[in-house]
Amino acid sequence: MKEINVEKVTEALEKACGEIAVDYAPDIIAALQKGAQQETGERSIAAMNMLLQNAEIAHQDRTPICQDTGMAIVWLQVGQDVHFVGGSIQEAIQKGIAEGYTNNYLRASVVDDPLYERKNTKTNTPAVIHTQIVEGDKVSLELMAKGFGSENKSAVKMLTPADGEEGVIDFVLDTVKKAGPNACPPFIIGVGIGGSFDSVTELSKHALMRPLAESNPDARYAALEQKLLDSVNALHIGPMGFHGNTTALKVQIEEAPTHIAGMPVAVNMCCHACRHWKGEIE
Amino acid sequence: MKRLNLPLDEETRKSLHAGEPVLLNGEIYTARDAAHKKLHELIQKGQPLPFDLQDCYIYYVGPTPAKPGQVIGSAGPTTSGRMDPYVLELAQHGMQGMIGKGRRNDAVKEAIKKYHMVYFVAGGGAGALLSHSIIKREPVAFEELLAEAVTKITVQDFPCFVGIDTEGNDIYDLD
Repeated sequence: MKEINVEKVTEALEKACGEIAVDYAPDIIAALQKGAQQETGERSIAAMNMLLQNAEIAHQDRTPICQDTGMAIVWLQVGQDVHFVGGSIQEAIQKGIAEGYTNNYLRASVVDDPLYERKNTKTNTPAVIHTQIVEGDKVSLELMAKGFGSENKSAVKMLTPADGEEGVIDFVLDTVKKAGPNACPPFIIGVGIGGSFDSVTELSKHALMRPLAESNPDARYAALEQKLLDSVNALHIGPMGFHGNTTALKVQIEEAPTHIAGMPVAVNMCCHACRHWKGEIE
Repeated sequence: MKRLNLPLDEETRKSLHAGEPVLLNGEIYTARDAAHKKLHELIQKGQPLPFDLQDCYIYYVGPTPAKPGQVIGSAGPTTSGRMDPYVLELAQHGMQGMIGKGRRNDAVKEAIKKYHMVYFVAGGGAGALLSHSIIKREPVAFEELLAEAVTKITVQDFPCFVGIDTEGNDIYDLD
């Protein structure tokens, strides 16, 4: 049995919220720089340069990259030999997000009721929390600050086994076409394949956590990621939708076992501000 | 690059072409989803509006809070399409232009042509950069909406592109 004080979770999340809002991960900067070199149009070059300049200003001023600092999504992985002390782990997570957004001057973008009152909760909470109990005595946390310009353009479809790889490609391309300029390209695209109607969307979101340099460990899925990226970029939606070669920086797939009758597919669109953090709590 | 002082006379608006980069100067109101809904409700009830829509420009933005010493936090455009249902009504009350990102529907394009409005497109995801072109900000209405409140901002050489011109040409449909 290992005791872990939940205050450490609050502190870690508070700090992470502030950092990911103002600084792109280095792999995204590198991908944007590479994309900028591949553009030839006047407006697409201007768009890429604007994003790179914006990244520098955000870093220097400690001002968020984007005004939509996102809804917080947290994955909590708890070793079964851990005993939390110092309070409720759920409350500690929400407190970490609330303090992270308030203390770092990030936007409160969460409303309490989705349909009727839509009153801002002022703290950007509640965060969405996914919890998993695993072996061992460690606690790991993953945080994503998900913007909704791109979230709104995400989609799920229940394909059938006969649809095969072609069906997956068609659905991804269809979703990206519908997203078009509205979801702030260049995109990072999370694709979930398998599981069930509910779990496939989480797979697609969690796929966005993976560093851009890493592909799916299964060579077949890694090849599909590349094929999808090439097909998406052949759509020439381009940076900010101004046409061009950089429509997406990466396609990331996560797959899971599914039912004999089905092949659920989810596409979680993400803008270039794909903000995430991962850490372990000792 | 063309430098524009808002509001624009009709001749100037008609001289703009989709796709051309411009620098905006002058006063603009900020409003997005919730504020548009409230404006719509006030118009429907025949109640007074918190600001004069005649010749106004609306920027679809919900900025991050300003840190001490800042005029405004990160302030890039939000997706304009969500405000499409409100455009015709605001145009009928004199709105002259909109600033945002992304495509507009056919009804908005028709309203733009009919009322000789202009839709400007700003850099999606460039909120830190764009905040440097906003030199003043004052509250106007609906402060309870926090980031979604209506405010009046003064912009200086605010960079954007002509998104849809008075003839209905669309930046996203250009070659």
